Amino acid sequence: MEKVELTEQQKKARRSRSVALGIALAVLAVLFYVVTIIKIGPGIFDRAM
Amino acid sequence: MAMTNEHEALTDPASVAIHDGDARDFFALLKPRVMSLVVFTALVGLLMAPGQIHPVIGFLAILAIAVGGGASGALNMWYDADIDQMMGRTAKRPIPAGRISAETTLAFGLFLSVFSVATLGLMVNWLSAGLLAFTIFFYAVVYTMWLKRLTPQNIVIGGAAGAFPPIIGWACVTNSISLESIALFAIIFLWTPAHFWALALFKSEDYGRAGVPMLPNVAGERTTKNQIVLYAVLTALSGIVPSIMGFAGLVYGAIAAVLGAGFIWYSIQVWRMPDGDKKMIPAKKLFGYSLLYLFAIFTALLVDALVTKYFGLVA
Repeated sequence: MEKVELTEQQKKARRSRSVALGIALAVLAVLFYVVTIIKIGPGIFDRAM
Repeated sequence: MAMTNEHEALTDPASVAIHDGDARDFFALLKPRVMSLVVFTALVGLLMAPGQIHPVIGFLAILAIAVGGGASGALNMWYDADIDQMMGRTAKRPIPAGRISAETTLAFGLFLSVFSVATLGLMVNWLSAGLLAFTIFFYAVVYTMWLKRLTPQNIVIGGAAGAFPPIIGWACVTNSISLESIALFAIIFLWTPAHFWALALFKSEDYGRAGVPMLPNVAGERTTKNQIVLYAVLTALSGIVPSIMGFAGLVYGAIAAVLGAGFIWYSIQVWRMPDGDKKMIPAKKLFGYSLLYLFAIFTALLVDALVTKYFGLVA
């Protein structure tokens, strides 16, 4: 099996992309949670079981 | 596909693109300088609109509009990679520089387009989402794929894409399109030709090499200069319309009149520039002033709106 060895620069670029993606996902998760609370408010508990 | 822990082992290495591009390159695909204009003008539209929006929802709306604008920039870079590599101004962009593949850029642009429109629709309203989708379509398809390489009127018609953000920001609050938001649209729409033709004058060799039919290359310098003065006058007039319509105060109107007079003055300096001038200093000055003009006009509108709306004062 042939392997691809990443260069140091490619590893650095991949790390940079991963960190940016991680931050973006974390910010979106918090933002969507807050917006859900704002839009639905106390009604979030008011649903049929 | 077999992988090691570091995802480095692949059965067919040649089939997989390995990026040299880091997060900054992906950010560059979003055309951050254009995006800053989109964010600012959309924010002004959002804050000027009658009505209230929750600050977090407002923030999310501006974020979605920014990402949508960025997505259209990425789609533009995907399609224009062939001509970008021929022009000094664009040759260092991530695709022509070989740091990100065209296919990755296309996927990035499409994903962000769908994501930003869906977010705006689900979290704010579907009118603003529809307008954002139309803006992305207009910039990526109508301007980039169709008009840009076809006609010297490319940036006149294509300028509509850059003019939509205040309408979208307004629609986020009111769920409607009004004459006031169309007046904000008109300022940017009429400003765009003089701004880009000033650039096209001193970058005409670049555009000529890439085969993009900008006005100076197709109709010559004299016609371009005449058109610049015409659009500068129209821009200056459109700048005072918010005051005439009554949704901005007289102080704003006075500021807009002075700024507009400056725009016309700089355009006349370009008109007086001899044909064949190599340094093109008046054109460069007009380009710089046009950026200042738009920023100043929308800042004045923003201050006027904030003073009126939140402090109850009439300027």
